[in-house]
Amino acid sequence: MSTAQIEIQLIAALAAMACAIPGVFLVLRKMAMISDAISHSILPGLVVGFFITQDLNSPWLILLAAVTGVLTVVLVEFIQKTRLVKEDTAIGLVFPALFSVGVILIAQNANDVHLDIDAVLLGELAFAPFDRLLVGNLDLGPKSLWVIGSILLLSLSLLILFFKELKMSTFDKGLATSLGFSPLLIHYGLMSVSSVTIVGAFDAVGAVLVVALIIAPAATAYLLTNSLKKMLVLSLLFGVFSALVGYWLAHWLDASIAGSMTSVLGVLFLLVFLFAPKQGVISAIFKEKQQRKEVSLLVFLLHLQNHEDPRERHVNHLQEHINWHRIQAKTVVDLAQKNNLIEIENQVINLSEKGLQFTEEALKYITTNKPTAIEDLKNKFFLFRG
Amino acid sequence: MNITEYFSMLFTDYTLGVITLGTAVLGAVCGMLGSFAVLRRQSLLGDAISHAALPGIALAFLLTGTKQTHFLLLGALISGLLGTFWIKSIVKKTRLKNDTALGLILSLFFGFGMLLLTFIQKLPNANQAGLDKYLFGQAATLMVQDVYVMIGVTGVSLFFLLLFWKELKLLLFDPDYTLTLGFNTRFLDILITSFIVLAIVLGLQTVGVVLMSAMLLAPAAAARQWTNRLSVMIFLAAIFGAFSGVLGTAISASQNNLSTGPVIVLVAAVFVLLSFVFAPQRGLLARRIRFYRNRKELNLRKTLSVMYHIAQNHKDISHPHAIKILNNFHGYTRKTLNKLEEKNWVEIRGNQWSLTAKGYQEAENFYKPNEAIQDI
Repeated sequence: MSTAQIEIQLIAALAAMACAIPGVFLVLRKMAMISDAISHSILPGLVVGFFITQDLNSPWLILLAAVTGVLTVVLVEFIQKTRLVKEDTAIGLVFPALFSVGVILIAQNANDVHLDIDAVLLGELAFAPFDRLLVGNLDLGPKSLWVIGSILLLSLSLLILFFKELKMSTFDKGLATSLGFSPLLIHYGLMSVSSVTIVGAFDAVGAVLVVALIIAPAATAYLLTNSLKKMLVLSLLFGVFSALVGYWLAHWLDASIAGSMTSVLGVLFLLVFLFAPKQGVISAIFKEKQQRKEVSLLVFLLHLQNHEDPRERHVNHLQEHINWHRIQAKTVVDLAQKNNLIEIENQVINLSEKGLQFTEEALKYITTNKPTAIEDLKNKFFLFRG
Repeated sequence: MNITEYFSMLFTDYTLGVITLGTAVLGAVCGMLGSFAVLRRQSLLGDAISHAALPGIALAFLLTGTKQTHFLLLGALISGLLGTFWIKSIVKKTRLKNDTALGLILSLFFGFGMLLLTFIQKLPNANQAGLDKYLFGQAATLMVQDVYVMIGVTGVSLFFLLLFWKELKLLLFDPDYTLTLGFNTRFLDILITSFIVLAIVLGLQTVGVVLMSAMLLAPAAAARQWTNRLSVMIFLAAIFGAFSGVLGTAISASQNNLSTGPVIVLVAAVFVLLSFVFAPQRGLLARRIRFYRNRKELNLRKTLSVMYHIAQNHKDISHPHAIKILNNFHGYTRKTLNKLEEKNWVEIRGNQWSLTAKGYQEAENFYKPNEAIQDI
């Protein structure tokens, strides 16, 4: 590995981490699409800033572009407040217009601006090591490494300082307000940090892909955990993973680094979407099956409780009575037997003592309709643990 | 070439005619179908679909090796539909919300598409140049066959729109009611979504992946301001769309270095801005005017009611009083007093005013409903 390769991976990893932090909160606050809007509408800010500073890594340019990002949010909120259009339409109207202005500005001044449209969409990660930060004659490494590093440091320290406030205002706005935090301040703070991060990462990965770095790690992590801290750590890990694997994939294919980072994130999300233990599609199918079985078992036991006559409780009779197929009936009977809820004597099924107790409580649960009681019941009688 | 020349050449030059017709038809069909997207709060779906179409274009090229528009757009259609259904399944199957699903699919598909595009660019295949025109669109590459396809799609979607007009309208405004009436809402949903995907895919060549969503939204959002009727809105949106298509193409063709997509989007944005400000009932200007008018009316009535209370304390309601006793707090200005006199509610003599019988009656009427409530 050459130094340049290490530097590129480092920049990519830092950019992914810097994006992951605001991403978690944007996803949780259902504002993910705002990042898409910001990432597009900072373009005119970047171009105008470039005219003034002539340096893509100048802090002033980043600040100017970030202000454009916050202005976008304000503009979207203003349009929403007029109630002329719905919220999502407001977002969809503002950013393409601003982005168009940016594209036209670039096209009209193609000779003066060293920004081309491909760079806008894809970033120039591969060239990042060539733009060095020199102090006197001392080479301090690539400029973008410093830029994205300081942005990461900024958002990390803000995260640690205001973790409690962020958490509270994200999950319970009302409580946060009543405790004296200002959700509005936190909202605009988050928007500013997001804007700065997007501008910083924009240079590395481009307009659209910065959205992937913001949303995808957080969304993937959200499917895996219920704890905010774990979600943050997981999305940082996913970001770094995608940066490293994405770099080598791009190296192998000789294609865009940003594109391959995104593709890695996409595969990662697809895997988690399918196989996540609680939220995944496959576990959802499994859960549905389980619930169906639970309901059958409940129906079966209640049926037994309702019918005193031995003829009604004959094994073969059940099939026609509850209208189950032979196999389904057998699995349910087996399950009940495994859980010691029934006893079978001469092909006639009786409720065991435990079964009687269970049906009584289940009936109580059904008639009072308490929401969580059924879980306790299941635990109490060791259902499905046979 | 400037814009006037462009329009004068429009009828003599075949290529220009084709391009202009193409963008006009595209704008119209986008406006028409975009109305549904806007009213169903699916505005950003268009953004996601258009980005999701990119890998389809790249894959279609990789698999077939041709640059024929129809093959590429077929790939775009498949990948756009795939993205749409994935979004729906994410929202349905997991705890992720709509906005996250949209942003995810948008950026992940687009990133994958860019990976493929940059991969294709490095291939030793001379045929590959020009795929990136799908990013920002180039109206100049429109051929007459493309325009035929557009007109065909417009016709088919118009046919289905009219066929299921009642059902679609109902679905827009009250989906639950539609379901309870026994209509197949799932079928209607898929129908309208598929047409939106189709319209987006058609626009990719002209407007490009990145800005296609605005093409869908802007005419509809502008049209929404002028009317409360669905049919009028769709009609207006189609007209706005067609106009922004034609104007945008004309402007971009008459300047160097201007992609069609951004210019069309900006023209459409101007339409939106004008509609927001000047629309007769919902517009910001109309709202302001109404606000001032109401305030003036309120001041007038406030003054009259103060006069009424003063007059109540006198035997003769027309007993004159000094103008001086009225102040701003009572809503009094020189103008309101003149207005009151104009309406014959007061009479002014020198520095004195007196309530007329008509004015007294009018003021009494303010209090009638209140008295009625007290009676109860």
